[in-house]
Amino acid sequence: MQTKASVLVARGIGKAVKSGAGELVILRDIDLAVTPGEAVAVVGASGSGKSTLLAILAGLDTPSSGSVFLDGAELFALDEDARAELRGRVLGFVFQSFQLLPALTALENVMLPLELGAVHDGEQRARQMLVRVGLGERLHHYPKHLSGGEQQRVALARAFVVRPKLLLADEPTGSLDAQSGAAVIDLLFELNRENATTLVLVTHDDALAARCARVVRLVAGRLA
Amino acid sequence: MRSAWRMLVRDARAGELGVLAAALVIACASVTSVGFFADRVGQALARDAHQLLGADLVLAADHPWNARIVERVRRAGAEAEAMNFVSMALRAGASQLAGVKAVSENYPLRGRLRIAAAPGAPDEEAKQGPAPGTVWLEERLITALQAPVGSRIRVGRSELRVAAVLTLEPERAANFFNLAPRLIMNIGDVPATGLVQPGSRISYYLYAAGEREQMARLERSLAGELGRGERMETLESGRPDVRASVERAQRFLSLTALLAAVLAGVAIALGARRFVERHLDGCAVMRCLGATQARLLALYAGEFALLGAIACALGALAGYGAQLGIGYALADVIRTELPAPTARPALQGFLVGFVLLLGFALPPLVQLRGVPALRVMRREAGAPQRAALGAYAAGLVALGALLIWQAGDLKLGAYVVGGFAGAVLVFYALAWAALALVSRLRPRHRALRYGLASLRRHAGGNAVQVASLALGLTALLLLTFTRNDLVDAWRRTAPPDAPNRFLLGVQPDQLQPVQAFLRSQGLGDPQLYPMVRGRVVAVNGRPVREADYTEERARRLVEREFNLSYMDAPPAHNAITAGRWTSEGLSVEDGIAQRLGWKLGDELTFNVAGDTFSARITSLRRVRWDSMKVNFFVIAPPRILAPFPASYISAFRVPPGREAALNALASAFPNVTLVDIGALLRQAQAVVEQLVDAVQFIFLFALGAGLLVLYAALVATEDERRREAAVMRVYGASRAHVAAAQRVEFMAMGLLAGVLATAGAALIGQLLARRVFELDLPPSAALLVAGPLAGVALLSLNAWLSSRKVLRASPALILREST
Repeated sequence: MQTKASVLVARGIGKAVKSGAGELVILRDIDLAVTPGEAVAVVGASGSGKSTLLAILAGLDTPSSGSVFLDGAELFALDEDARAELRGRVLGFVFQSFQLLPALTALENVMLPLELGAVHDGEQRARQMLVRVGLGERLHHYPKHLSGGEQQRVALARAFVVRPKLLLADEPTGSLDAQSGAAVIDLLFELNRENATTLVLVTHDDALAARCARVVRLVAGRLA
Repeated sequence: MRSAWRMLVRDARAGELGVLAAALVIACASVTSVGFFADRVGQALARDAHQLLGADLVLAADHPWNARIVERVRRAGAEAEAMNFVSMALRAGASQLAGVKAVSENYPLRGRLRIAAAPGAPDEEAKQGPAPGTVWLEERLITALQAPVGSRIRVGRSELRVAAVLTLEPERAANFFNLAPRLIMNIGDVPATGLVQPGSRISYYLYAAGEREQMARLERSLAGELGRGERMETLESGRPDVRASVERAQRFLSLTALLAAVLAGVAIALGARRFVERHLDGCAVMRCLGATQARLLALYAGEFALLGAIACALGALAGYGAQLGIGYALADVIRTELPAPTARPALQGFLVGFVLLLGFALPPLVQLRGVPALRVMRREAGAPQRAALGAYAAGLVALGALLIWQAGDLKLGAYVVGGFAGAVLVFYALAWAALALVSRLRPRHRALRYGLASLRRHAGGNAVQVASLALGLTALLLLTFTRNDLVDAWRRTAPPDAPNRFLLGVQPDQLQPVQAFLRSQGLGDPQLYPMVRGRVVAVNGRPVREADYTEERARRLVEREFNLSYMDAPPAHNAITAGRWTSEGLSVEDGIAQRLGWKLGDELTFNVAGDTFSARITSLRRVRWDSMKVNFFVIAPPRILAPFPASYISAFRVPPGREAALNALASAFPNVTLVDIGALLRQAQAVVEQLVDAVQFIFLFALGAGLLVLYAALVATEDERRREAAVMRVYGASRAHVAAAQRVEFMAMGLLAGVLATAGAALIGQLLARRVFELDLPPSAALLVAGPLAGVALLSLNAWLSSRKVLRASPALILREST
């Protein structure tokens, strides 16, 4: 069901890969629509295909069948470069493994998407963002000198500094201990509210999922 | 561009560009230092070797030069003149045929005549030519005429005072036109002698010397204007004996430059690969954040372009500084002042740097463009692909072309490029096979076992490393052992017992007495060859014209008279290369046959003193001109040439201290000429010795480049080893254990690389010796021992250095970094 108001619409998504003798079906006939401002959690056990689904929704991976509409544009009708540009404009990412560039300081990491988008006051905005996530004193530190929780906060700053329409988070607390994880999640929802971002959160943690307005459950590649 | 600069600063700060920058700087520094120094030495050589020519440019004609041309020469630089002819020199009833050279006072423009106050007295450089009214006589002439310094002799209608003994005239030797002993007089005195008459055979010389540019321009402008009987000589066109030495020297220098550049390319390829591997994750993130492929490529290309520009500039500066240092260090050895270098080597350095970047850094860089964004979620996606050799094809071709250009010699460049390319492929294949075999061993000792297991695990990567190391080692070995062997082999081609005197103009009726005399003086029994002068007038019935030939040397050859000889059997020091020696046909030296387009079976018609004869070419001969033995371009059948008037020539060796015997020979046979090639040879050899010493210093840079390749190859796998060591230590292996296992792995690789390098150096050495330098190179025991030892030693050293870095950091830090 596609409505003009939806930020993200997925129809009939299927994903199968060749494996050994035959085919391994990871996703089967997934339909999903996310309206602006919504917070959706995609839950499932390990191996249920939720990370694959997230990759497809972001345009990082191509589905075997189905289509995805991101901010009104059909994702897989575009070529790789056009998808990249769309991602830069519309999406923000938070990964389980933080994915900060080790050769860049915290500030430079947050500035990166702004530099790629040729934004002029990038440094100023990045600075403000880092202060907002509580790392104002750690601007010039390298990722290897930051704890896991701090690195994920830098990643949050990087994701939100471009004011994305949609934030995709893949197991954001997967690599963190309970305490840091809780702090990061609180920060994530705060920023979500402040920026009026739409959120799609992939997790295996039911308690975390409960904090989202809508929970979608994946079992063996299908929506339950 | 700002973004590219930012990336450059960030990567440099993080130490990502260290190896790459160092490789570029060293590459550019090696190439430019070699280039600058070779440029200066080459200029100095050319300048010094011009002493043998007496000038930078010599114009020779059988008639006086017209005033226009004289004026042009004068305007281009320094100008001197000479006239060359034979005439009798007389004193008190004795007469002697002398080779008269009448020179302007500033002769020679290059090099110096040397004169002495009396025969056997110490000599000194003459500041200028003889003053009007005086002559300088060669010692033999003084003896023949009994005309000591201060006495007067008659030349033509003039009476002239003997002012000095002429001991060295650089221009004269090895020129068979000068059959009579030298008498040097002032050109202003010639008209009074009355010797210039219609029909006199006089050669008129114009000498030019000056700045290279001016001389080059003069040469170009005159080249098209010379008429029949006029010719121009430069260092390249004349003096095959010196030319052979100079060419060899230039080849050594070029070879050094070549090796340094090739090694730099290898180091850059390794460095770029490592850079790419460490940036794959970052690129994936950037693709997520919205960077397009084009943007990424532009960013990295920009970063590398900036790196290239900065590194090359530093390299060129370093190269210039280095060659300045070399110049100072060699001031005593070279003993001449080296001219300032041109800017061309710096440009070459930049060009080489950028070709290396484009050819060897770009192929792996392009891979960054294609990193899928999916990699951020699935690490296997976009895994580093070892760029196939084909991806480097463009770079290899460009590098090959560049190397050939630098070598200035297609054959040499092709051999080195082909040799190294072949070596890489062969090394890789052999290394892979050997590692696979070795790793199947199951020794008792635990560290050995783990080390060999490690070898098997890293088989593919190790094979590349062993191949790279073998390449670097091959270069090192080539530059040390093989270089020494080649130089020794070359030195042997001018053996210490080569002839040092030519004997010319022996008349047929003097043949027996001269031979008897030589024997009685203990000067041995040298072979005397008959010599008849003849000019080629037709080939296969078609008249020969200078215009038939386009190559300058060919035209000169065909214009002049040949020294023909006849004999029953080919000379022992000539080798028949084609056809068969017969008593009915001509035997021609293969070089001029090729140059003049003569083939076996062609009929040549010669004009000898007005009469002609024809004969077919039945054999071709290989002649070694630098053996200093008597050699002839054309040898005819005795039946044909014997009737013509001939004089006899020979070459023999006078041991030092026996020169008095030569005076006795001259007194006994006053019409015979002796040419001292010993002095000339010494002059040429001194020049070349200087060069070899200079080259030894230049080799240090290629050595440095070779060591960098070794370092880069080892650093390339450093990251992987660190991760492995961390994992092993997490699982309980002690530092010592991990270190021991790595040592085993390194030693096996070192030994293998050493063996491969030895084989490679030996093979390339043989190829170079036989095909390019035409030398015989015996196998070297030193090389066979040194190669494997060097491989093990270098790798063990690096293993020790590397394991400290690999083991020092805590496992946790390493593992955290890598996820």
